[in-house]
Amino acid sequence: MQGYSYLWLIPFFPLAGSIINGLFGKKIKNEAVIGGIATLAIFSSFVVSCSYFFQLLGDSVKVHQNVIAPWISVGNLQVDWGFLLDPLSVVMILIITGVGSLIHLYSIGYMHGEVGYYRFFSYLNLFCFSMLMLVLGNNALVMFIGWEGVGLCSYLLIGYYFEKKSAGDAAKKAFVVNRIGDFGFLCGLFALFWALGSKGVWTLNFVEISENAHLLQSGGVLVTVVTLCFFLGATGKSAQIPLFTWLPDAMEGPTPVSALIHAATMVTAGVYMIARMNILFAMSPVTMMVIACVGAATAIFAASIGFAQNDIKRVLAYSTVSQLGFMFLAMGVGAFTAGIFHLMTHAFFKACLFLGSGSVIHGMHHGYHHAHLDDDPQDMRNMGGLAKKMPITYWTFLISTIAIAGVPLFSAFFSKDEILWWAFGSTRGHWGLWLVGAIAAGMTAFYMFRCVSMTFWGPQKTNPKAKDHIPESPWTITLPLIVLAFLALVGGYVGVPAILGGANHIHHFFEPVFGHAQELFKIEAHGSHATEYALMAASVLIAFAGIGIAIFMYLKKPELPGKFTAAFSGLHKAVYNKWYIDELYDFLFVNPCKKIGTFLWRGVDVKVVDGAVNGCAWVIKGIGAGLRYSQSGYLHNYAVAMVVGVVVIVGYYVLG
Amino acid sequence: MTAETSITFPWLSLLLWLPLLGTLLCLLWRKSAAACRYLALGTTLLVLLVSVGLAVSLETGAGGWLLFEDYRWIDAYGIRYTLGMDGISLLLILLTAFLQVIAVLISWDMRKHPALFFALVLVLETGIIGVFLALDLVLFYLFWELMLIPMFFLIGVWGHERRVYAAVKFFLFTLSGSLLLLLAIISLYLLHGEQTGVYTFALAALKQTELNFTQEMIFYLCFMAAFVVKVPLFPFHTWLPDAHTEAPAAGSVDLAGLLLKTGVYGMIRFAFPLFPLAAEKSLPVLAALALIGLFYAAWIAYLQFDIKRIVAYSSVSHLGFVILGLAAWNQTAWEGSVLLMISHGVTTGALFVMIAMIRQRTATREVDKLGGLWQSQPNLSAFFLLFCFASLGLPGLANFAGEILILIGVFSSQPLWGAIAVGGILFAAAYMLRLLQEVIWGPCCEPFDKSDLCRREWLILIPLALLVIWLGCYPQPALDVMRAPIQLLLQGGMP
Repeated sequence: MQGYSYLWLIPFFPLAGSIINGLFGKKIKNEAVIGGIATLAIFSSFVVSCSYFFQLLGDSVKVHQNVIAPWISVGNLQVDWGFLLDPLSVVMILIITGVGSLIHLYSIGYMHGEVGYYRFFSYLNLFCFSMLMLVLGNNALVMFIGWEGVGLCSYLLIGYYFEKKSAGDAAKKAFVVNRIGDFGFLCGLFALFWALGSKGVWTLNFVEISENAHLLQSGGVLVTVVTLCFFLGATGKSAQIPLFTWLPDAMEGPTPVSALIHAATMVTAGVYMIARMNILFAMSPVTMMVIACVGAATAIFAASIGFAQNDIKRVLAYSTVSQLGFMFLAMGVGAFTAGIFHLMTHAFFKACLFLGSGSVIHGMHHGYHHAHLDDDPQDMRNMGGLAKKMPITYWTFLISTIAIAGVPLFSAFFSKDEILWWAFGSTRGHWGLWLVGAIAAGMTAFYMFRCVSMTFWGPQKTNPKAKDHIPESPWTITLPLIVLAFLALVGGYVGVPAILGGANHIHHFFEPVFGHAQELFKIEAHGSHATEYALMAASVLIAFAGIGIAIFMYLKKPELPGKFTAAFSGLHKAVYNKWYIDELYDFLFVNPCKKIGTFLWRGVDVKVVDGAVNGCAWVIKGIGAGLRYSQSGYLHNYAVAMVVGVVVIVGYYVLG
Repeated sequence: MTAETSITFPWLSLLLWLPLLGTLLCLLWRKSAAACRYLALGTTLLVLLVSVGLAVSLETGAGGWLLFEDYRWIDAYGIRYTLGMDGISLLLILLTAFLQVIAVLISWDMRKHPALFFALVLVLETGIIGVFLALDLVLFYLFWELMLIPMFFLIGVWGHERRVYAAVKFFLFTLSGSLLLLLAIISLYLLHGEQTGVYTFALAALKQTELNFTQEMIFYLCFMAAFVVKVPLFPFHTWLPDAHTEAPAAGSVDLAGLLLKTGVYGMIRFAFPLFPLAAEKSLPVLAALALIGLFYAAWIAYLQFDIKRIVAYSSVSHLGFVILGLAAWNQTAWEGSVLLMISHGVTTGALFVMIAMIRQRTATREVDKLGGLWQSQPNLSAFFLLFCFASLGLPGLANFAGEILILIGVFSSQPLWGAIAVGGILFAAAYMLRLLQEVIWGPCCEPFDKSDLCRREWLILIPLALLVIWLGCYPQPALDVMRAPIQLLLQGGMP
């Protein structure tokens, strides 16, 4: 494949897979064939992506565009169906297709026996297509197609068990909350188009935006407004404060969906978008500060909620929100490389954790099913001691947990540490951001080990009837777990910092994308080696403290958590109920909206607007009835009379 | 754009009068319902064929009239039979021809006076095509009123429970606007005649009339009265939900898909070019009403219990977008507005078609009694899903391209309007997802008829679906056709 003209193949395969399964899946019936088609489709994309990755590695030019067709061309607006391959997008497509392939494979076993098996794989492929369009699009409008497409697929997959009302509600909530973000995205897009256009460059193309960004006044109001609008879009898609409430509810979807969409790929779209337009963001220190603060706040806030959740998937959901907060913190302090690096390692370990939780749920479900029980297979209070029952699941889950906790030599240690270092030492950073980040990291270590303790360690608390019927999952489930756990273990070594004797390959790889902005606006992390070592040591200590406390509380002294909750019952209740954010939003926004709507409908539309009209009609009718008593008084007689009248008038003018 | 007598084959007249011929044949064969059905289908298909043929064979990129016919009609009053088709009319006629085929197919099982029903549907087609073609104001007015009568009867005779109320309301609303239009046309005619000594109703001539600002404003308002009611622009919209709710399926398709568009067409073809100064002054008001309507209707749509009313209010909201685009007064926004008119015609038409199919199976349109349709009718539900997402403006599907162009256009002339309007897409998501949630997701409400799509229904839905995808992914052919005429209108409309 010379050149880059076959880029379209990457999104094409999943699209084709989706169409085949969507149209003919019901006729095919055979699960292996359906799952095979879908997995093959995304795996083909992975193969193509890999070949392009190596081609790009060996290429001296790092940014390539490929336009396949015009889309909309009106006046100043020229938008093409075009793709952009650079180090940033190539890493993203590798993650999407690579992790995506594993999750497709996993789903073959996990979704076995589901009624809408073909539907599931069709949606999943469609999601991959949209996500690939999002990251490969060479202009903001193609990105927006992907942006909305992933929203659609997320909607469909969250609502996959559509007989359940809660699933439908969660799906709706996810889409509508995302639309609030889309409002920001579109406003930013239009404002940017208009702002650059007024300088004579009408474009939505990312490369051209980067090249012409200097036309806008750096640090000016305009660029701040534009970037803040885009950031609002990012908070929707990536579940940041204030728009994070949809993500925990999104766990209503099947677990592979949570792993793929709500952990590894879609929710990182906001981070990707900021990275894609890094130069614009770098131009506005105000926006950067807002992003860093929102990221740090989300990281610690979501981690706190993770303390009190008992549903294994909800813990992971809040953990995802928290980790995304870290990525935004990175973006906000100008550590673009570190943010994308963490995005990548997070994709590995969080996908592994979600899939592991799915394996646990699968096993628990099997046990309950065997015993004809109707207990909740996701409640960690009914688990414990599963390490012996599901060894592969356990070990992979443990490796990923160690990774997310930030233990040295595991992947997230490198990425998270880089973020924290930049938060402290960057020209756009602040020690307060570092502190919040470090505490959040410690909290992460705590709640994740709480999760492991409750699930895999200690005595088994499952209903006795079911406890001996929890099997290890089949190979289609465990193989992806093993691969992902391996990546979670070693994925960090592409970015070993210089201070630890590494070459920081990923930093150099991203140089063509981020180097320009960082150089132009003098964004760099500076500080002595001693500080860097000290910070590193501190964060390692905090991580181990979190782990230690969790093990102590949930393993050594299992009565302790109960005492804590009793002592701080009010606090615990608040945390357990997610700080009542949902209720607050209902109170502040949802209910007033409904009330205003009812007022507009019942009050204004029916009474005022329509009332005026009907009033006129009745007055006329009254007059008519008074004048011509012989008339029947029915409105339609008047109508007929009016038709006749019109015909007479027109006829008079025309013929007379 | 001079009035020259066409010497080529009168294609426009053919398009225009074919449906009326079908009407006559329907009435002749009124004994046999089957004959009428096939006659109506044949006629609408023929019209579609002719219009597609014209679209393919004509040099559509050019400005000016693609086809033009001009004959003497009533010399005594200077009334001429003048028809002209430019890119905009062509697109709207294509939409009309296409939706009429759908309207006939969806009414295939009509049992109540089928002959009369199909005859009226065909009369309606002549009326609508006439409106899109007429360039003589009297001729235009005749067709304008001609649309009204079949629609009145379609609602009043074949409608649902409160059909008479809805029909009369529809009639009175539109008629009161039309009468003002008639008044203005005649006055303008007389004024122009006094000034120049040439008494004519020709659009091109009347544009040259010298008017002082007050006169211009009064005429403009009279013209707009007819058009905004038809669009309908807030606060003249309350006839629409009632009319839609009570109308039979074909009536709703025609109403939403076509009749509303005649109002917009009237503005851009007649009201703006004839009275450019008044139009310019009115733009902020127009934009404000459009913006209010956009949100107001969406807000109300969210709370409706009748699924037909949800879609009806969504139409008001979408047309708010269209008018906002016109008010922005630039090429991008106008192309968006025309494109959204076409897309909205297809998506909303499709939604009304689907509602009719759902009603056939469940005997209800109440959201409380619906739900879980996917379990019994997955294919039908999948189409419903597609059209709902198209309607809420999902990129890659029909409405998006139009909306984005409108928004970009509005943003470049009035950023604040644009920013407010973007909020409309949020509201659209809210009510459309509620509609989906209530109808196809959730616990199953056991429709009495569990059959999925039949062959005729597939035949209706597949073209609609393909069109929705095509308009979303590759709207450029439509945009190319409308570019030159819109340029002309924008230049001719404003000094």
